[in-house]
Amino acid sequence: MAKVVVVTSGKGGVGKTTSSAALGAALAQRNEKTVVVDFDVGLRNLDLVMGAERRVVYDLVNVIQGDAKLTQAVIRDKRLDTLFLLPASQTRDKDSLTPEGVERVINELKQQFDWIICDSPAGIERGATLAMRHADVAVVVTNPEVSSVRDSDRIIGLLDAKTEKAERGERMEKHLLLTRYDALRAERGDMLKVDDVLEILSIPLLGIVPESMDVLKASNIGAPVTLADSRSAPALAYLDAARRLAGETVPMTIPGEKRGFLGKIFGRRAA
Amino acid sequence: MLTVNRVGIENEKLTKISNVLTDARSIRIKGRSFLALMLSPELPLAEWLARLDDLAGRSAGFFLERPIILDVADLDIDRHQLKALLDELAGRNVRVMGIEGGRPSLFEPGMPPAMRGGRPAPDIEVPAAEPATVETAKPADVRQDVQIARAPASMIVREPVRSGQSVIFPEGDVTVIGSVASGAEVIAGGSVHIYGTLRGRALAGSVGNTGARIFCRRLEAELLAIDGVYKTAEDLAPALRGQAVQLWLEGDSIMAERLN
Repeated sequence: MAKVVVVTSGKGGVGKTTSSAALGAALAQRNEKTVVVDFDVGLRNLDLVMGAERRVVYDLVNVIQGDAKLTQAVIRDKRLDTLFLLPASQTRDKDSLTPEGVERVINELKQQFDWIICDSPAGIERGATLAMRHADVAVVVTNPEVSSVRDSDRIIGLLDAKTEKAERGERMEKHLLLTRYDALRAERGDMLKVDDVLEILSIPLLGIVPESMDVLKASNIGAPVTLADSRSAPALAYLDAARRLAGETVPMTIPGEKRGFLGKIFGRRAA
Repeated sequence: MLTVNRVGIENEKLTKISNVLTDARSIRIKGRSFLALMLSPELPLAEWLARLDDLAGRSAGFFLERPIILDVADLDIDRHQLKALLDELAGRNVRVMGIEGGRPSLFEPGMPPAMRGGRPAPDIEVPAAEPATVETAKPADVRQDVQIARAPASMIVREPVRSGQSVIFPEGDVTVIGSVASGAEVIAGGSVHIYGTLRGRALAGSVGNTGARIFCRRLEAELLAIDGVYKTAEDLAPALRGQAVQLWLEGDSIMAERLN
């Protein structure tokens, strides 16, 4: 049974694309056939983060408009046989996405994949609402910072109102993925703490990804964090989050709170 | 039989909260709800007027100083007949303040305005034929009946109110089991009860209710208003932040105190 996951946040720059790629790769590493769909038509990034930018021929808009078949547009990852990418078009805009077209593509993907990860654009307009429209599960990416939290709250409201599931009267399963977390700064009060964010958003926590140079490094080499260095702190956080998404029970760790001797010496880098 | 119905008339209150003027005293436009009597004339009008005269004969001043709404929804008359009817009523000291259910073509300048959006209230007992009961049907008694008869409406929201969402319930109280997020608002005709953290806006007594209150388990509100009087987060005493608080109106100022 295929599961459609939307990775969304409202606010831009909080780590939706990074998280989509990392979670997608982590699920694929579990040997489950996964496709990551870029809904950010006009501002596509997922192909870069996944290192497939030189292999894009057709894209989501081509498939929606009937110019290409799904099999022509979907790109297989070179490192993982089970990981696929459906890129967005860079030359069009979000108006090229039609509700019927998106529904058809999602239904077709459901026939072939175990996981369909929809990387939502920022905002609450057409691109974002179409990305969440057919989702079974939502991953709400949030930074520990007030504007990101409020935007996430807005998105949660839309997930409960504007999705197919909500319109059928069912409850959308929602998970919080807290990214760019820095325990030291949260302790100092420069950032919201995990509990503060959870109290405001009141949805279950999927994982806490620490602020780390490894994320930027992975983006620059065009590899999902979980593939670039699967032992780095953010990769471990994403791998755990993917296991939780797949229904496993994994104890939650707050990165950087239990520092060892080496961690203390190297300070923030250990996080 | 002559039927006299009651109908509640409500006006939306307009609260001005966006423009900050240099003169702090802004104009307050409030709504107020009155109970009007509704007269439903029946054809033939001459007979109906005769029954009205009979009622007036039994209870002198029954219609005096009462707002009267004329219900012409089921009445097949034209503009001239309506005008004649209004004159007949005026001749009996029945002053019609509005007409409900009339087609636009029935109206002409100088007539009472068309009314819409009335809500039913319990029927009024028309004084019976025996002179003994006439004295008991005093207007004051009737008014008290109404207060008891009207059950306060309420709305319960079982989920958090998310940023960007509005809960609007002019009919009565709103209870939220959960928090009200920053950028969300709850607008109630009656009181607002938040069993969670109030981070957004709460507007109580929005259609003109000075008795309305705001209760919350934890106060972090952006804006609070009761009956058009408002307070922003900056005006709140810092000691109240993060506390369980109730707020009410005394004159033109919002009072607040910690609960428990």
